[in-house]
Amino acid sequence: MKELRNPAALRSLLSDIEEKSKKIGRAPRLMEVCGTHTMALFKSGLTPLLAEAGVEMVSGPGCPVCITPNAIHEAAIAIVTGTEGVTLATFGDMTRVPTRKGSLQTAVPARDSRMRIVYSPEEALNEARRDPARKVVFYGAGFETTIPAIAYTVRQAAAEGLRNYSVLPALWLVPPALRAILEAGEAAVDGFIYPGHVSAVIGAEPYEFVAREFGVPGAIAGFEPGDILLAIRSVLEQAVEGKPRVALEYSRAIGREGNPVARALMDEVLEPFDASWRGLGVIPASGLRFRKEFAAFGAGPRFGLKESGDDRDLAGCRCGEVLRGVVRPEGCRLFGTKCLPDSPLGPCMVSYEGACLIHFKYGGERRARS
Amino acid sequence: MCLAVPAKITHIDKSGQGTAGYMGSEVKVNLALVPQARRGDWVIIHAGFAISVMDAKEARETLRLFKELAAAQDEGA
Repeated sequence: MKELRNPAALRSLLSDIEEKSKKIGRAPRLMEVCGTHTMALFKSGLTPLLAEAGVEMVSGPGCPVCITPNAIHEAAIAIVTGTEGVTLATFGDMTRVPTRKGSLQTAVPARDSRMRIVYSPEEALNEARRDPARKVVFYGAGFETTIPAIAYTVRQAAAEGLRNYSVLPALWLVPPALRAILEAGEAAVDGFIYPGHVSAVIGAEPYEFVAREFGVPGAIAGFEPGDILLAIRSVLEQAVEGKPRVALEYSRAIGREGNPVARALMDEVLEPFDASWRGLGVIPASGLRFRKEFAAFGAGPRFGLKESGDDRDLAGCRCGEVLRGVVRPEGCRLFGTKCLPDSPLGPCMVSYEGACLIHFKYGGERRARS
Repeated sequence: MCLAVPAKITHIDKSGQGTAGYMGSEVKVNLALVPQARRGDWVIIHAGFAISVMDAKEARETLRLFKELAAAQDEGA
């Protein structure tokens, strides 16, 4: 799909975008919900070009590693340091999140326990199948894109009677977080670039309330530079015409209906609850937990973890405000001074989808000017 | 949040496990979430699972659009 990076095509889209943003009369502020979009915008160099075209892009809460509160990261550390014979499997960047108890990377596992970085939750399930004496815990953080894969492993474990497999869930739903951001109003968002791969599962319908109730336009985007510009152009067009909707600008990869098989699996295994997000606080029906039939696969009850009401970020870290779109990474005093990719003080500087890490790695020009 | 890649299914075994070609190498892909997928289909893969089957007609349409955009710009320049 190199055509979607063709400079002439991108210039053509940028001039359309500039024309439309002029019609709006003030610089529209668009939130790219997804951290992978933030990465694509910065890596491709589009961010400054969009600023020149009169569009301000602001990152949203779309980094699961980031929005998982420290209390859950600390619970994962407690499992691997406090129980013998455990394999705690997780995605790579989860291991580096700094908490008051250190990180999973610096934690000293209990005897015969270990950390394992996996690409797929199925790798953790396979280890539980191979070694029945070992307690395998998958520490799974993710949005709707990732949740079906995690639900699949639990349904399989239940079907196979695998009693040594469990999941520490940090499972988040995007639409309730968008509602929370809109209701708070502080991010002053004029439009949304919706996450393409979350939408592959949930489809377009769950975002309709954004247009209907809040009058805010949006478009589902893919991840090539051309995909993102198409979506931005669509959002501005909706704003100019005063007809907000949920446009789909990623139709080669997903349909408006999403993936009903994946949703049915999520629904079979998990149920919504009022979850607490870093920075956004408790949001109604925004997290998923195991249904009663699958509750035995939750790592919390299995390892006797108590819910800790004590959830704090490291002092000075503004990751929570960055996730709400109210502070840019450059607005944090620690950014690039005490908080660096090699010595992060919060998850936004850890995750490859974290706004702070992305701004630090790719935003050199902007940093120098500010 | 959700890095995922497009890849073409090269093989589906009897148990339903798929193999896909990605950047010159073969990767295993769980097809449980896309039971309609067939050999030769392009899928979007995330965390080892195919989550969506791509639409070849829509992909051609996107390519056509970008060729037009590029041509329009070259003419205008």
